[in-house]
Amino acid sequence: MAQTKQYETVIGLEVHVELATRTKIFCGCSTAFGGEPNTHTCPVCTGMPGSLPVLNKQVLKYAVAVGLATGCEITRNCKFDRKNYFYPDNPQNYQISQLYLPICRNGKVEIETEDGKKFIGIHEIHMEEDAGKLIHDEWDDCSLVDYNRSGVPLIEIVSEPDMRSSQEVIAYLEKLRMIIQYLGASDCKLQEGSMRADVNLSVREAGTERFGTRTEMKNLNSFKAISRAIAGEAERQIDLLESGEKVIQETRRWDDNKGESYAMRSKEDAQDYRYFPDPDLVPVVVDEAFLEEIRAQQPEFREEKMIRYKQEFELPDYDIDIITASKRMADLFEATVALGSHPKKVSNWLMGETLRLLKEKNMDPEDIRFSPENLSRLIALTDAKAVNNSVAKEVFEVMFERDVDPEAYVEEKGLKTVNDEGALRKTVEEIIAANPQSVADYRSGKQKAMGFLVGQTMKAMKGKADPGMVNQLLKELL
Amino acid sequence: MANIISDETIEYVGILAKLELSDEEKEQAKKDMGSMLDYIDKLGELDTENVEPMSHVFPVHNVFREDVVTNADMRDDILKNAPEEKNGMFMVPRTFE
Repeated sequence: MAQTKQYETVIGLEVHVELATRTKIFCGCSTAFGGEPNTHTCPVCTGMPGSLPVLNKQVLKYAVAVGLATGCEITRNCKFDRKNYFYPDNPQNYQISQLYLPICRNGKVEIETEDGKKFIGIHEIHMEEDAGKLIHDEWDDCSLVDYNRSGVPLIEIVSEPDMRSSQEVIAYLEKLRMIIQYLGASDCKLQEGSMRADVNLSVREAGTERFGTRTEMKNLNSFKAISRAIAGEAERQIDLLESGEKVIQETRRWDDNKGESYAMRSKEDAQDYRYFPDPDLVPVVVDEAFLEEIRAQQPEFREEKMIRYKQEFELPDYDIDIITASKRMADLFEATVALGSHPKKVSNWLMGETLRLLKEKNMDPEDIRFSPENLSRLIALTDAKAVNNSVAKEVFEVMFERDVDPEAYVEEKGLKTVNDEGALRKTVEEIIAANPQSVADYRSGKQKAMGFLVGQTMKAMKGKADPGMVNQLLKELL
Repeated sequence: MANIISDETIEYVGILAKLELSDEEKEQAKKDMGSMLDYIDKLGELDTENVEPMSHVFPVHNVFREDVVTNADMRDDILKNAPEEKNGMFMVPRTFE
């Protein structure tokens, strides 16, 4: 349909982040992933009458740390409320959350896109518990419930409707993820659900003040899905307005395979949650000493790291930008350099082969398995010219897979560069004798033939020769 | 009674609470809820200027747990509370969102 007017997309996000605590928010059950169903449950997280929830202090610490890192005001007198609804994944028939006095309010984070820098407001951050998992059983036509996730601590970060494009949304999410990963408060993996984003989106005619009617979209588990869902929903709403219809305020579920969303529930049958203060939990008072303790534990964030890397390691801005974008990368870089490796060489391995393999295997930096010790050993091997570059890359791939000790591996597989000139000279002589045509070509001025002879020699040496040395010998003997 | 509960309200509250009420029960509930609201109105007559809203009946705050796993696997006991079980899980009527 030809569009007659210009529209602006207005987006706000609700981001749920699963906190990296060892235990659940209100009981001493483990939060470990992948346990057999219901093996991490107790009377509290299965909502048994008479059980009593007690707040995990680490949850409060993480929530306050995220709040401070995003410029929020910390609520000094805060409490928990019950959000009432019936659903089998919620055994208490209420979720313990925070409505009236959320732990953090009025923050902001700065993002950067092609259009420049901009602040995105944070309306509030509150603490709450996750629900169990429902599995639909076709065989018995029933649902099965696993409460291992029930009571896993979450923070919900509610932004202001300050974003105007999917680029801004992605930049905001990446910024949040980085801050939270730097704090160690969560690993923030969208695919695994430890970070989940619901998108509130409306469109309005460009230049108007009033917001349009918004919809909320759920089930977005990758940055790509978020981008596609935003484009799809903006288009759907514009089409409605263009054809004289109205946008209905509703919750929609995005189907990334089909590339479309469908309505889950509209506002008419929206739930009435009847929030009220949870009488089982006592109020939380955050005093100055507690805040000071959290402040003192805040890590060095990216902006500070970038300045330090430039001064301390004299890395190019490009390298610094990439390495500090991930806490895991930055930690690995610093630990390897601390073992005595040259900063630029460490950076080259991280930015080159590491990023290449991460991308190829569709992994995050958090999934890196090799240790700084082994990376440092590999760099030492190349420095000593004990292995050439292509062998080093080969060893690195194995290290990336299963963190082998490169020294032992090179020894075991016999990959050490042959620096014995006699042995190399013998091989080169054999290659020259075996390839008279190429020799003739080279002598008649075809430079390409040289490359072929080097390749043949390297092959005969099973890659364990210094290519520079091979080149030199060939030239000498021809 | 100053507060009259309408049929619609009782119907709605019943739906929220997932209760099926007979006509007699609805009438009784309307009366009970009306008198409860009358009592709340009475509280509204008090002067609460400068009184902090109370969210808990005891003067206690900051009761925390340390982040240490204290619960072992007690699935067998927990599953005794399930209406029915299958594969270590609670079996419930088919539920969709």
